[in-house]
Amino acid sequence: MSESTLSTSARPAPFTLGPRARRLVILVALALIWEFYARWLGNSLLLPSLLETLVALWENLRNGELPERVRASLGILLTGYGIGIGVAAIITALAALSRWGESLLGLLTAMFNPLPAIALLPVALLWFGVGASSLVFVIVHSVLWPLALACHAGFRAVPPTLRMAGRNIGLTGPSYVVGLLIPAALPSILSGLRLGWAFAWRTLIAAEMVFGASAREGGLGWFIFVNRSQLETANVFAGLLTVILIGLAVESFVFATLNRLTVQRWGQEA
Amino acid sequence: MGWLPPQNQPAAGGPPPLAVEHVTLRYQTDAGTVTAVEDVSFNIGAGERLALLGPSGCGKSTLLRAVAGFLKTSSGEIRLHGAPVRAPGPDRMVVFQEFDQLLPWRTVAGNIAFALRRARGLGRAESFERARDWAGRVGLGGFADAYPHTLSGGMKQRCAIARAFAVQPAILLMDEPFAALDALSRRRMQDELLGLCEETGATCLFVTHAIDEALHVGTRVLVMTPHPGRIGAEYSVPDAARQRGTPEFGRLEMEIQQRIFGAALPETKTAASLAASTDAHHRVKVTHNV
Repeated sequence: MSESTLSTSARPAPFTLGPRARRLVILVALALIWEFYARWLGNSLLLPSLLETLVALWENLRNGELPERVRASLGILLTGYGIGIGVAAIITALAALSRWGESLLGLLTAMFNPLPAIALLPVALLWFGVGASSLVFVIVHSVLWPLALACHAGFRAVPPTLRMAGRNIGLTGPSYVVGLLIPAALPSILSGLRLGWAFAWRTLIAAEMVFGASAREGGLGWFIFVNRSQLETANVFAGLLTVILIGLAVESFVFATLNRLTVQRWGQEA
Repeated sequence: MGWLPPQNQPAAGGPPPLAVEHVTLRYQTDAGTVTAVEDVSFNIGAGERLALLGPSGCGKSTLLRAVAGFLKTSSGEIRLHGAPVRAPGPDRMVVFQEFDQLLPWRTVAGNIAFALRRARGLGRAESFERARDWAGRVGLGGFADAYPHTLSGGMKQRCAIARAFAVQPAILLMDEPFAALDALSRRRMQDELLGLCEETGATCLFVTHAIDEALHVGTRVLVMTPHPGRIGAEYSVPDAARQRGTPEFGRLEMEIQQRIFGAALPETKTAASLAASTDAHHRVKVTHNV
């Protein structure tokens, strides 16, 4: 019996695919399922087929509507993401350097991390009115806490010997944080950035769908919302597809590249 | 940072590179206050290599960490060229036992160069030039651009040693740097460390739990006794007793062993009894470690 198992494992498989090819096969299969199910259903108000969606996507790209929406969304998203990273950096640096800062971070994240960003939207609308600032506010909230938690966990996991080696060569205060803690905690920080990016996207799309006044400046969420109310379901799916494609692109180009250039090269990957 | 490389120290007169004066170290645990080191005093002169020898738990590593500035003394004073030690600094470069003392995001040369830049304020080009030179001197010439995770444990320790030497501190502190290595690498590294020390005339404090290592590396051996850590005995190691296998080495090793483990060991020194006693010594060490 063991002999037969051995020989099976030793025999080369009829065909083997790399991870990229496997992904592609799965993607094509999903697309085919979608296409044929939609055709079988025959109700493009409920579920447009993949082809219809792609046509709608192409149309909206060509007439400039979708690029404009994407630009609006990405602008707000990057602003909120950037501010969120900045504030998270300050709070976690404080937490790394003092006990008071650590308690502050612990308390704030315990209070605000479970709070959905969307729940803050009414408050944001009260404070900042309808417009980009409200959106930026809720995005900062959705990025800040998970990122701060991830960074802090990363800082705490830095081995004591490495910390001592850093202080031994004269790193103190800011140079200790920048020259030792941040690079040592980079795996956690990167995963926090990924998480924050995903949260920011979700929050943005959801928030855009909640308030609908400034249609002229509306982003992707607003595009999806308006097309739904006009029963342009193919456009709704085109908007959703755009959200997915942007997410995929950022994940596979930005984050994967960052990962390869840093933690993978340094052997720090968890 | 107001300090000079050891080469420039006045040979005589002035305060010694390191003076430990009546130092007591205590720390708090859930069970109460533990005294790790009690009333320990010693000096290390320029170019001297002091081996702190003792079983695990005798406070020798705690003492080294206090000298490095990571721990505050409960009483007594540690002075470096007369100035009291208050905080960690590159005038006391430490080589730790653990392999994760190198910055994983810097190469071998990068680790050494970064220390030189921070500690000596050298420019980028000069620090890398010196770093490559030092990497070569510890046998890592071909690995100057390798990241630490691609190195073996022994190579990582070589890099840490090169980093410590390159900075030219007032004193080198070594906290059982070879304890996690296999026996063959350990012997080779001891020889190489001895070579570097003799070449540079570096002043060292070397913590170890191995008698042969203490005798081989140290010019002077302080035996510490545990609970609480105190100095039990002091031996100076003549040059003749430095080489393993010489009668002087064996005699001194026996003497220290008897000092540590009492008079239960055989008086006569034959190869067999030596082997047996080393065996017993190892057993004791293991139980201590557990």
